[in-house]
Amino acid sequence: MRSQRFLGYAYLAPYLIGLVIFTAIPFLSSLYLSFTSYDLMSSPRWTGLSNYQKLFTRDRTFEKSLSVTLIYVFSTVPLKLAFALFIAAILNYKLKFINFFRTAFYVPSILGGSIAIAVLWRYLFSTEGLVNMAIATLGFGPVDWFGDPTNALFTITLLRCWQFGSAMVIFLAALQSIDKSLYEAASIDGAGKVTTFFFVTLPLLTPVIFFNLVMQMVQAFQEFNGPYIITQGGPLKSTYLLPLYIYEEAFKKFNMGYASAIAWVLFAIIMVLTLVAFWSSKKWVYYAGDKRS
Amino acid sequence: MTDIHLPTTSIRITDEAAAAKRARMDLISSVVRYALLFGVGFLMLYPLIWLVGASFKTNSEIFSGAGFLPQSPTVEGYVQGWQTSTPYTFGRFFWNSFLIILPKVIGTAISCTMVAYAFARFDFPFKKILFGSVIAVLLLPNVVTRIPQYILFRDLGWLDSFLPLWVPSALAGDAFFVFMLVQFLRSLPTDMEEAARVDGANSLQTLVFIVVPMLGPALVSVCLFQFMWTMNDFLGPLIYISSVDKYPVSLALKLSIDTTEAFEWNRILAMSVLTITPALVVFFAAQRYFIEGISAGGRKG
Repeated sequence: MRSQRFLGYAYLAPYLIGLVIFTAIPFLSSLYLSFTSYDLMSSPRWTGLSNYQKLFTRDRTFEKSLSVTLIYVFSTVPLKLAFALFIAAILNYKLKFINFFRTAFYVPSILGGSIAIAVLWRYLFSTEGLVNMAIATLGFGPVDWFGDPTNALFTITLLRCWQFGSAMVIFLAALQSIDKSLYEAASIDGAGKVTTFFFVTLPLLTPVIFFNLVMQMVQAFQEFNGPYIITQGGPLKSTYLLPLYIYEEAFKKFNMGYASAIAWVLFAIIMVLTLVAFWSSKKWVYYAGDKRS
Repeated sequence: MTDIHLPTTSIRITDEAAAAKRARMDLISSVVRYALLFGVGFLMLYPLIWLVGASFKTNSEIFSGAGFLPQSPTVEGYVQGWQTSTPYTFGRFFWNSFLIILPKVIGTAISCTMVAYAFARFDFPFKKILFGSVIAVLLLPNVVTRIPQYILFRDLGWLDSFLPLWVPSALAGDAFFVFMLVQFLRSLPTDMEEAARVDGANSLQTLVFIVVPMLGPALVSVCLFQFMWTMNDFLGPLIYISSVDKYPVSLALKLSIDTTEAFEWNRILAMSVLTITPALVVFFAAQRYFIEGISAGGRKG
């Protein structure tokens, strides 16, 4: 067994090399770069806190981009998860065609971030597009989806909510693994359907709710394809999410130092929220012993 | 929950009228449920159906009605879209996508299997911390490492090649897959492996001849997800690939929007349909693996 102690490292080698070269070193060097001015031509020049100072005091674009990003994440993630859970709860009844529905609901997630779907979205929500035609049959006038700042961000939120399928599949798997005897017990105790859902089902689902919440949040903060293709960040920067801003600063203007500073602010926000989620999970996530694995 | 309700309630409720009322309520609620599911299913799928239909329409018809059936079907969009405004056809771009995907999927499968094997079957110093780092990488937003990675690849002279897209994945960079395979391996019994060891097989032989066959379905999931994600990846190629002759389909589609969209709608829609076709075909051929893979990812370790 002695030789085995280090044999593990042989199999771990690819991961260790990748971890150091592509994650650890870049992670630290982006922190370093965020304190510099670097245009890729000359070597990085240390500028102390000035990038961060500029971000938080003089950069109106950053201010706008940050608030748009927060609005986007805090509207998209809860909407998407609530919808996913709602549909999963309905599918959990013994219904016919359950596999058909599960597949139908999952297909949009498969095509997910593809450019083709973002392109489709531009057509659907254009002034003469399908969505406005549908609205017209209900008697409403055409909506200017991409010209109006509030509407434009909403189209991207809708695109991501349309892809609720992967979160739903996870919820459904968790719902199906709930021990049926718990429902019988609740029913004998006289609990109605709604009470049972909130006091039996929901607590048992908290581990997957937590998992979905963290994953979807990290993902939403990094949304790029949707706004880049559908709205190009406009109108009036109303869909100019932080990843778009970072992309343009870094790879269009080659302000690597400044872009790194924005990336670190974004990272700090994601990290703080993730830590809050983990920390608070002790209070609301319920793990039912060791039965589940 | 109704179906679970019934056996016990029938014991409690003896009154026949109440039972009839309950049956009626159940009928109504299942009608509501089906109506809702069909409604949502329609909203999910109609945009895709419309996309396919519209790709066979003439440019003037695309915005003239909400129906998906073209009045005078034409393949003009496909023929002209395929030619593109570049010296290359879309065939070239599909070939490029394939050249990116194949090595990436193979590299991912091999490296993630090795790493998962190490975590699930060996004891070594700092194992806990290192497995913790897998979770950390899983949650680490790529946005924070992207800029230094770009600078690294530039210094290595790898820009405008497929290497920046291949190499990180070949070094088990996609922590999600490592995590998924570790979870799967831990749930498998080890007696086969122990028997092999008793028979004198070394750890590599055990991995190749015993573990990999058992990992089969999970490995298929890994390959399928990586295929799908790479096919859809846009930001990676956008940053690293600059010559049109090396463009994958995602970049080529963006290019055709930029050059022709003002009027040639059906070309764009036709090429959009083509770019999502491989993903859809693979999904329908191997649905089970996707559903199982994503469900396994959600389970707590």
